[in-house]
Amino acid sequence: MTQPRKREAAAPEAQAALDDKGLNLSAALATHMQDIDIKIDVALDEVVLSTGSENIVAVCRRAKEDPELAFDYLRSVSVVDYIEYLEVNYHLFSLSKRHKMVVKTNLSSDQPCVATVTSVWRGANWFEREAHDLFGVVFNGHPDLRPLLLYEGFEGYPGRKEFPSHEYTEW
Amino acid sequence: MTIDQSPNSMDIMVNMGPQHPSTHGVFRLVIWIDGERIVRAEPHIGYLHRGSEKLSEGESYNQVITLFDRLDYVANLNCELAFCIAVEKLMAIEVPERSHYIRVILSELNRIASHMLFYGVYGLDVGAMTPILYGFRERERIQELFESVTGARMMHHYFWIGGVKEDLPDDFERRMKVLLPTLKQGIDECDRLLSDSELFLARTKGIGTITAEDAIDFGVTGPSLRATGVLEDVRISEPYSIYDRFDYGIPVGTNGDCWDRYYVRLEEMRQSIRIIEQAMEQMMPGETMAKLRRITRPPKGESYVRTESPRGDFAVFVVSDGTEHPYRVKVRTPSFANLQALQHLLRDAYVADAVVILGSIDIVLGEVDR
Amino acid sequence: MNLQQVFMYSVGASLILGFLSLTVLFLTWLERKFLARLQMRMGPMRVGPYGTLQPLADAVKLIFKEDILPSWADRKVYWLAPLAVFVPTFLVWVTIPFARDLVLANLELGLFYVTAVSVLSILGLVMAGWGSANKWAILGGLRAAGQLVSYEIPLIMAILGVAMLTQSLNIIEVVDGQTRVANFIIQPLGFFIFFTAGLAELGRTPFDIHHAESEVVGGPFVEYSGAHWAVFYLAEYINTFTIAILTALLFLGGWRWPDMPLDGLSHSALSVAWLLLKAYLVVILIFWIRGTYPRLRIDQLMAFSWKVLVPLSFANIVLTGVVLYYDWHWSLLTVASLILMAGFFLSLTFYSGTAAERMTVSVHPARPEAISRRKMDL
Repeated sequence: MTQPRKREAAAPEAQAALDDKGLNLSAALATHMQDIDIKIDVALDEVVLSTGSENIVAVCRRAKEDPELAFDYLRSVSVVDYIEYLEVNYHLFSLSKRHKMVVKTNLSSDQPCVATVTSVWRGANWFEREAHDLFGVVFNGHPDLRPLLLYEGFEGYPGRKEFPSHEYTEW
Repeated sequence: MTIDQSPNSMDIMVNMGPQHPSTHGVFRLVIWIDGERIVRAEPHIGYLHRGSEKLSEGESYNQVITLFDRLDYVANLNCELAFCIAVEKLMAIEVPERSHYIRVILSELNRIASHMLFYGVYGLDVGAMTPILYGFRERERIQELFESVTGARMMHHYFWIGGVKEDLPDDFERRMKVLLPTLKQGIDECDRLLSDSELFLARTKGIGTITAEDAIDFGVTGPSLRATGVLEDVRISEPYSIYDRFDYGIPVGTNGDCWDRYYVRLEEMRQSIRIIEQAMEQMMPGETMAKLRRITRPPKGESYVRTESPRGDFAVFVVSDGTEHPYRVKVRTPSFANLQALQHLLRDAYVADAVVILGSIDIVLGEVDR
Repeated sequence: MNLQQVFMYSVGASLILGFLSLTVLFLTWLERKFLARLQMRMGPMRVGPYGTLQPLADAVKLIFKEDILPSWADRKVYWLAPLAVFVPTFLVWVTIPFARDLVLANLELGLFYVTAVSVLSILGLVMAGWGSANKWAILGGLRAAGQLVSYEIPLIMAILGVAMLTQSLNIIEVVDGQTRVANFIIQPLGFFIFFTAGLAELGRTPFDIHHAESEVVGGPFVEYSGAHWAVFYLAEYINTFTIAILTALLFLGGWRWPDMPLDGLSHSALSVAWLLLKAYLVVILIFWIRGTYPRLRIDQLMAFSWKVLVPLSFANIVLTGVVLYYDWHWSLLTVASLILMAGFFLSLTFYSGTAAERMTVSVHPARPEAISRRKMDL
């Protein structure tokens, strides 16, 4: 019987720690978004704001237009497929204040549907088109949701976990 | 595709690309022209979509780096750096000092190589045929150095999670002593060749202007944003690696036109050399790889890391579920966002300007389509 | 016309054709070598010593390449276009002298004939653009038409200035008139206008907008391949040489200035060599410009012709006329021309589109505290 291999120490886990800017921001968020139903959390060094999909445009508009938050730059829109639900992440950054935040919302996998934020940042346009392409998230009110990265008539949503990337053959 | 079919419309639709020589790859721009003026433009991308993000989900963390090499195939090391930092942040790895310096030196060299390619290709875009050969001469010097350091000219896979693959070769310092002065001289030569030309000025000044507000709104980053007068560089707004130890400058333009975008890049090369010189001076011998388990298995969580690639804000969003495969990798590439502003930049431009404007954004299609 | 004359003309024509073909072969080699030197390259080195046989290899390759006809093309127009470009280019050479007694037909209205015939090749370019049924080709063809027609005017005006000086349109007499002083000294302005407009007529860099590969992908020639494409390029290089030799004849004193010694056959041989040397200097200048400058945009190109060159060429003619009428010394014309040119270049420098406030990029220190912190670290 072989000796069971000695388990190495588990990888050190990164501690969630906000810097001063992050602490100020989460305090400011609590006061400036009182009327919207949000939950403030921390992931590593970022402030995470979770909210329902119906509040997204309100939150984003507030985040951009409030002079104390001033999130003028949308870093990216990314979708993560957790199989039971899809999580949409809006990564925001403020060029003037140099603080950052993630706005998260969960959508159902069957009918992922959320209002577009192109009216807040024009730069959201292609990020949302890409998310629609790869994950099938429908952004209500988006000016133009044609396929961006995939060709027209592509079947399925290749970004999702259920898409069989290894068995998939094009020709 | 929709074509304007109103009876009074006499605009010609022209397909610029995907096989057009100056679309810098397989980019397709559909333009409607009225004589020589562009009435409407519509970019189409996706011809180089390889699904890198999806592919990453099936690879182990160390293998993903090879996919990142192929995103921005002009500045490979900068892409590797972003992914490595993202995973290191997730795992809270302390990277050895020396590998930090090696990473900074090589990424800045790669920035120069990338801008040199931009310089040459931009020369071709405005119709001068000599700059590309001057640009490639300098770029070749850097590529040769990379070859001796990483073993490859383009697809390096040299930055690993926790450090770099191996230490620098013995003659690295000697080679850098020769390389840096030659590069400086080369940059000045390139500057004189194109920037002093009245015709070049006439072609780029006041062409494709964008205001700072619009640029920020579109998510434009990097030299294109700095050309509008915004002092924004990830290296100073959200310092990563060891960039806070160096004394260098951030070139900032005023008008946000093609000339400013061009000259910001040229000036950036000089600043990169300053960083490299300081890094060479500060670098000490030591370990190059952190002590890690053989299989990288970050804890559950997610990290978002921005880096300043030659094209702008290159960010990686990694979600880990605690296994050896990333659960989700999202790459926020600068060219992708910068390209969104193209329609705005092309308003009222001439066909000839379209080429110059597209060249001045400096897109790399591997990065746009991923 | 008797049989002997017909024979003589056909022999002369074929001699010129042979000479031009050889010249074109040499020019392609020279251009590649010269540009390579500018760009720190070797240029062609493999075929023959120093790549001298490269043009032959290229010619063979082009002839054996497949001729492709686009399915939507207008067949007749498409196949006729190379001919329509080539014939006028060749016809110009009928009246171009190589030496005093070496010319196919010394026309009294030689200069008039040259300008009239050379314009015809525009038609070929437009035909090529239209016949290819390609949008880029049409764009290029129309660009060519616009460009060539507008630059024809300053070109003709500059020639007119020379004709006024010699009181003749006969090229040989123009050269004879330059025995003492070459025309480019008397009319530096006219020389500048002629050379610039000539570059534009050729469609060479800074003015190569009609076949700009980075914009219209080769313009009218996009769809052509093989021998037909080769004909276009043959015509283009002949044109280059035509402009070079015309510059040499009209402004650089041709085979005169200074006159060649000896007489008889050796005098003629020396004259031809002297003329060709001057022409090749101009050719090299054209190549040099090609290796240096970026390309103009179409509106700038048109503006440069109509707002700068045309007024300048009229001024040149008026100046020449005044000086001739009052029978003043020619050096007065030189001085006046130079003053005009200096004024023109100065105003171009302050033209808001170019040099004004070139330095719009400033460098901000990334973090001023970096130095102090580094000192603390160490």
